[in-house]
Amino acid sequence: MKSSYIPATKKQQEEMLKTIGIKSIDELFSAIPDQLRLKEDLNLPDPLSEHELKKQTQELTNKNYDASRNVCFLGAGIYDHIIPSAVSHITSRQEFYTSYTPYQAEMSQGILQAMFEFQTMIAELTGMDAANASLYDGASALYEAVILACRYNNRNEVVVARSINPEYRKVLASVLRHSGIEIKEIDFYCEGDKSGTVNLESLRKALSDKTSAVVIQSPNFFGIVEDLKATSQMAKEVNALLIAVCDPISLGVFEAPGNLGADIAVGEGQPLGNPMNFGGPLLGFFAVKKPLIRRMPGRIVGETTDSEGKRGFVLTLQAREQHIRREKATSNICTNQAMCALTATVYLSLMGKKGLYEVASQCIDKSVYAYNSLLNTNSVSKVFDAPFFREFVVKPAIHPKKLNDELLKDNIIGGYDLSTDYPELKGCWLVAVTEKRDRAEIDLLADRVKNICQGGV
Amino acid sequence: MRDERLIFEKSVEGRIGYSLPISDVPKVNINSLFDGNLLRENSPEIPEVSEVDVIRHYTKLSQRNFGVDSGFYPLGSCTMKYNPKINEDMASLDGFTQMHPLQGPESSQGCLELLYRMDRYLSEILGMEKVTLQPAAGAQGEMTGLMIIKAYHTSRNDHKRVKIIVPDSSHGTNPASAALVGFEVVHIPSDERGCVDINALKETLDDTVAGLMLTNPNTLGLFEEDILEISRMVHECGGLLYYDGANMNAIMGIARPGDMGFDIAHVNLHKTFSTPHGGGGPGSGPIGVAKELVPFLPVPVVEKQDDCYVLDYDRPLSIGKVKSFYGNFSVIVRAFSYIMTMGPQGLKEASQTAVLNANYIRKKLEDLYEIPYNRTCMHEFVLSAVRQAKNGATALDIAKSLIDRGYHPPTIYFPLIVKEAMMVEPTETESPETLDQFIEAMRELAKLAEEDPESLKKAPRKAHVTRLDEVKAARTPVLRWSK
Repeated sequence: MKSSYIPATKKQQEEMLKTIGIKSIDELFSAIPDQLRLKEDLNLPDPLSEHELKKQTQELTNKNYDASRNVCFLGAGIYDHIIPSAVSHITSRQEFYTSYTPYQAEMSQGILQAMFEFQTMIAELTGMDAANASLYDGASALYEAVILACRYNNRNEVVVARSINPEYRKVLASVLRHSGIEIKEIDFYCEGDKSGTVNLESLRKALSDKTSAVVIQSPNFFGIVEDLKATSQMAKEVNALLIAVCDPISLGVFEAPGNLGADIAVGEGQPLGNPMNFGGPLLGFFAVKKPLIRRMPGRIVGETTDSEGKRGFVLTLQAREQHIRREKATSNICTNQAMCALTATVYLSLMGKKGLYEVASQCIDKSVYAYNSLLNTNSVSKVFDAPFFREFVVKPAIHPKKLNDELLKDNIIGGYDLSTDYPELKGCWLVAVTEKRDRAEIDLLADRVKNICQGGV
Repeated sequence: MRDERLIFEKSVEGRIGYSLPISDVPKVNINSLFDGNLLRENSPEIPEVSEVDVIRHYTKLSQRNFGVDSGFYPLGSCTMKYNPKINEDMASLDGFTQMHPLQGPESSQGCLELLYRMDRYLSEILGMEKVTLQPAAGAQGEMTGLMIIKAYHTSRNDHKRVKIIVPDSSHGTNPASAALVGFEVVHIPSDERGCVDINALKETLDDTVAGLMLTNPNTLGLFEEDILEISRMVHECGGLLYYDGANMNAIMGIARPGDMGFDIAHVNLHKTFSTPHGGGGPGSGPIGVAKELVPFLPVPVVEKQDDCYVLDYDRPLSIGKVKSFYGNFSVIVRAFSYIMTMGPQGLKEASQTAVLNANYIRKKLEDLYEIPYNRTCMHEFVLSAVRQAKNGATALDIAKSLIDRGYHPPTIYFPLIVKEAMMVEPTETESPETLDQFIEAMRELAKLAEEDPESLKKAPRKAHVTRLDEVKAARTPVLRWSK
């Protein structure tokens, strides 16, 4: 069966060979030493028709418990938010998704302007002076931020809160392993009204004139909103930068890190209209204050004019990038996450400033309702005291793993088991409640948790 | 109607673009729950527009963009092949898009099976032992591969290997990735045939070399004929070989990096395996490794135990994680669909036709343009507009003139070792008729460059903007809209 994606017919191919002046397609490959030429076909399945592929792929998806058929209370960095229909109708326009990186600006004004709008929205949300056109994910945005900071102030220690998403900390540790940058982790308060927030005494002790940057996440991995201002003041005392890992939805309600002293703001943009997609693709965003603009990693779109003076957009500050600077580039990134950034831009445009506030406040209302409902069952206990956004920690009477297994039987995707990442939070459960959940779903969760924990499965 | 305002400039206070469900739980008083200085003082300038406004705005923007579905896109090194529509449909199934990465193997067997099978298929195509799908793009694959090279030497207590060798024709990501992982970068020249200069390589090789990064076929579109000798030399000095798979579209089912002696190889699913480039991304850059490097792969590794798929984190020699979760899953779904619909013969036919198409264009342009290394090429070739430039029309002018003729220009000014370079990669999904039309356009432009070079300097005329001032953009950066 000939592939329908290859238009040249046998006859046409023969004519082309004649033009080239050779007899067979094989001759085209004569530069490859004979001993390297495969003598047999690759050992891969025989080709499927579209129809057969559809059937087989649907069978694969049937083995999954997805959030369209199950109620999702799992977050931990990836969130099940409402996605307006209009979003995918824009992102499925071929002029966008089948285009390349806009090297030829004159025929790429569409994606360039959209990226300029994205940069503006991220800068607005984070309260920073400029943003780039995206990085792979929140984790990679964080390691890029740390590398930038250490090169900027020529120091080689970073102080990282343990309440940062463990997935990010793992990536940070492995990518920085050979960089000469030392990571100092600081703990969080386990008791008192600040419990769950970064331990400021430990932070102060960890700081020195070697500290390049302090890295804080807010809301942190436990959903708790941190006092960025206090940490920023401490960082400034030793002339270190503050890197804030932030959540874009929460910034509809909470003060922008740029207004609280952050020098770099990074985070995961998946909640802005991007499906969970089993964890990828995601959307790393990266925003900085003015002095750091020319040190940013990745693509940046700038405004300019054409030869007739009309406004237009181009990729700019390219002298930072790998295709120009090679080993001296600010980063090795080439391909980014432009389509996910477009998704976020369309999502934010649809939501508007009021809609974003409403999403964020419904996340608060519904997570508070869920928290109280769960505590009222007497089957889970309180862990932290500080107020949270969208996500909270509780300790169920039975182990989270077992609880989740039981909940799945009722088509509920339960929370995240904190035991593996935080030995001090053994048996604790991180539950996310977005604006997508309704009262009935939350009531069902509380009811099932109660029954399961009391043995009445 | 021409309306080129930004979305912010269309904002009207009070307008909404989406109606959320009305909350059915008690309202929390945010001001009393949170300390006042944690709360936002001024709301962000997110536009207030209706759904129709949004759709019209971004539809208009899309009309000012050019994709593979719009027309021919012979952008060298980028493999702008057609993106089959069934792949999009498969990636948008709820059973994939609505999966949370942390729900555990029990409830995500379908996703894990797909990842496992992709590991097996790509391992076969690359001639490698095992593949990780975690890297988000080619450059992150390079970084991951170099981290593995470092871990390998370190595990042998061989700490003096601090250098990575790259040819002067290599992609910029190669040296940039090596620097990111803390290696010293050594560039070696190409010889007069456009391939690795074996003598220069010999002089560079010693016990401080950690590895060599190579694209094969290289960025001139030429197969490195001495590859077996190169790999023998690098291995003999104790180094490892890294394969930059950007040009894998030339050799699928014909030859394999693993058989050439490469120890690590990445592939760009957004090039070779037909997933869309998305205006810059997302891509996916899985890497395959030889048997002795499997223990160093990033965690988790998807394994099959009996009839179940599991995530294996217990791998003491692993380099750790390079990205959140398991990679760009929905991109991987598209590539999976591609492999499943192409089959082994289809993939081979794709590479054969890609190479045939490139040679056809090369042959039909060789009389009017300089082709510095003019012999049978692989899936792409590099021509030089030096002749035209002498007369006043540069590669840039020719590129901009192609825009007016409805083509996306080839890659220009790369590789750096060719003056006035234009790198042409037609891919297999273009018909001979399209190739002929492009050839005709290139021939016309060569003639114009001779007769009226000035006219090329004014291009493009038919695009939505005329030539843009890049110097101004960089000198006084305006990177965001302000009220």
